[in-house]
Amino acid sequence: MNYLEFEEPIRQLREQLAQAKELQEQSDVDMETLAQDLESKIREVTESIYSNLTPWQRVQVSRHPDRPYTLNYIDALTDGNFMELHGDRTVKDDKAMVGGFGFMDDQCVMFIGQQKGINTKMRQYRNFGMANPEGYRKALRLMRLAEKFNRPIVTLIDTPGAYPGLEAEERGQGEAIARNLIEMCQLRVPVICIVIGEGASGGALGIGIGDRVLMLENTWYSVISPESCSSILWRNWEHKKEAAEALKLTGTDMQSLGLVDGIIPEPLGGAHAQPDAMYKQLKKEIKKHLNKLVPMDSDKRIDQRIRKFSAMGVVNS
Amino acid sequence: MGWFKRIQEGITTKSTEKKEIPEGAWYQCPSCKTVVTSQQHVERMSVCNYCGHHDRIGSEGYFKILFDEGKFREIAPKITSSDPLEFEDTKTYTDRLEAAKKKTGLSDALRTASGELNGMPVVISCMDFQFIGGSMGSVVGEKIARGIDHALKKGCPFICISKSGGARMMEAGLSLMQMAKTSARLSLLSKAGLPYISVLTDPTTGGVTASFAMLGDMNIAEPNALIGFAGPRVVKETIGKELPEGFQRSEFLLEHGFLDAIVERKDLKEKLAFSLRAMGDFPKVQ
Ligand SMILES: [Zn+2]
Repeated sequence: MNYLEFEEPIRQLREQLAQAKELQEQSDVDMETLAQDLESKIREVTESIYSNLTPWQRVQVSRHPDRPYTLNYIDALTDGNFMELHGDRTVKDDKAMVGGFGFMDDQCVMFIGQQKGINTKMRQYRNFGMANPEGYRKALRLMRLAEKFNRPIVTLIDTPGAYPGLEAEERGQGEAIARNLIEMCQLRVPVICIVIGEGASGGALGIGIGDRVLMLENTWYSVISPESCSSILWRNWEHKKEAAEALKLTGTDMQSLGLVDGIIPEPLGGAHAQPDAMYKQLKKEIKKHLNKLVPMDSDKRIDQRIRKFSAMGVVNS
Repeated sequence: MGWFKRIQEGITTKSTEKKEIPEGAWYQCPSCKTVVTSQQHVERMSVCNYCGHHDRIGSEGYFKILFDEGKFREIAPKITSSDPLEFEDTKTYTDRLEAAKKKTGLSDALRTASGELNGMPVVISCMDFQFIGGSMGSVVGEKIARGIDHALKKGCPFICISKSGGARMMEAGLSLMQMAKTSARLSLLSKAGLPYISVLTDPTTGGVTASFAMLGDMNIAEPNALIGFAGPRVVKETIGKELPEGFQRSEFLLEHGFLDAIVERKDLKEKLAFSLRAMGDFPKVQ
C-alpha cells in the first residue's frame, strides 16, 4: 500500500490495526474490541479526509500509484472476456493506447484507453500513458471497426497528455488528435467516455468525444496540468495548488460548466482503496447509459452529440 | 502553450529595435535586416522583398488581401470573453482581457467575416496573434462556429486562417472544449459537401493545430511558419537535445505529409480561388 501525505492518519491507524491483529495471533490477548474500534475509526477518518479533498488533493488521488489503470478496468468489466487488438496499420503499435473487443455480460463493447504502467519498467514501456500519433490512429481504427459491426464504444481516459516528442511531431500529433475529434463526432454507434484518472488536454480529448462524458469522482480534466499551468503563468512550479484551484478541473466544476455529463462516485477512500467496489459501480453506470443510448436512432444520437459540444463555452454577446 | 514566453520575447525584441529605427516610418526585416519604409512594407503585404520573410499580420491584413475590394461584413463582431472561472494568476483574466483590448483595438483573438473572393461568396475566420497570443477561448470557438453556420446557410466555402499559441489557459476546460466544438461544426460542413480550407500561418501550435487547423479539405501554409502540436521548447526539453534545423516549419510539415501546399502571401488569394473552383461551384443550391 502506498499513502499520499494527506492519507497519513489512515496509514497510522492501519498500522495500529495490523499490530493489534499480530499481537492477537502471537498471544492469547483478546484484541477483538480494539480491532473493531480501529476499523470504525479508519472508516471515520477516511470519510472525513475524502469528503473534504481540495482540487490539488484530487489531482494527487487521480495519480495514486495503487489506482486501477485501464486494463484493470477492462479486465474486471468483462470478467476477462477481452481480446486486445494492436496496431494502427501504418507505423506501429503504441503501448500507451490499448483497445479491443470485450464482452460485458452479454454485450460486446469496444474498449479503448490510455494505459499507464505499474512499475518503473512498465511505466517506460507504456510511455507514462502518453500516446504518440499512432496511438490516436489505432484508437480511430478500432472505433471504425466497432462502427462497422455496430458495437458501442467505451473509452477510458487516463493520460498526463499526448507525448510531446520529436517523432510525435514528425508523424503529426496535432493532425492525429484533430482527426479523432471530427471523426468521433460522426460515429454512428454510441460512445461513452470516462475519465478514470488524469484527463490532460488534447491528449485526453483525442479519445473524449462521446454521447456521455463522465468523470470518476477523484479525477481531473482540463486544458493543462496544474504544474505546467503554474510554470507558465507563475513562472515556477510552486503554485500548483493555486493552479489546481484556478483551473476548475474537478468533476463537480466541469459538470457545473456543462463540459461533462456526470460524475461517478468512488468507494470510500478512492478507487484504489476498494477497486472491486469501483469496478462494480462503473459497470452499473456504463450499462445504465448504454441502455439509453443503444436503442436511439443513430442520426438523432449524432445530432445530440454535436449539439452538446456546440453549446460549450461562455461568452458575452 | 508557449505563447506567454513568446509575447515577452516579442516585447523585448521590439524595444531594442526601436532604438535603432524611428517607429512608424521604417521597417527592418528581422531575417535579413533590410530596411524599407513602413509604407513599402505594407504595400508588399508585409513580406520582405529581399529574403521573402513573411511578417506576421492579423485579420485586418488578411481580410484586405483576400476579400474582393477589401469589402466584407463581419459576423458576430460584438461577442466578447467573459470570465466564468474568475481566473486569477499573477493578474486577473479580466485585467488581461482589458489590456489586450486596449493594446490591439480588437475584441478577441479571432474575427469572422463574409464577403466575396474572386466573385465567389466565402466565409473567412482569421486569428489575431496580438490578442493574448492568439489563444483559443470561448469567443474564438463561438466565432468559428458562427462562421461555419453562416457558410452552411449560404452553401458557401469556409476558410480559416490560424495563428495561435494554442489554448487560453484562463478559460481552462472551456478552452479545451473549443477544440471539440469547432470540430463538431466542421463535421457538419463536411457532411454538407462544402469546402473548408485551413490556412496555417506563423505560429500555429497547441490545441489549434490539434483541431480545426489540421482539418482542412486542403491545408495550406505560408512559408517558414512554425506549426506544431507541442511547442519547440517543450519538445526540446522532452528529448534533451537540440532540434534539427527547420523542425516544425511549413517545409518540414509538407515533407512529412501534413500540408497540401506552401503558398506565398502574394499568391494566397489566387491559390485559394483556384482551390475553391476545383472543389465546385458555390454557392451550392440546397
Ligand atoms: Zn528580409
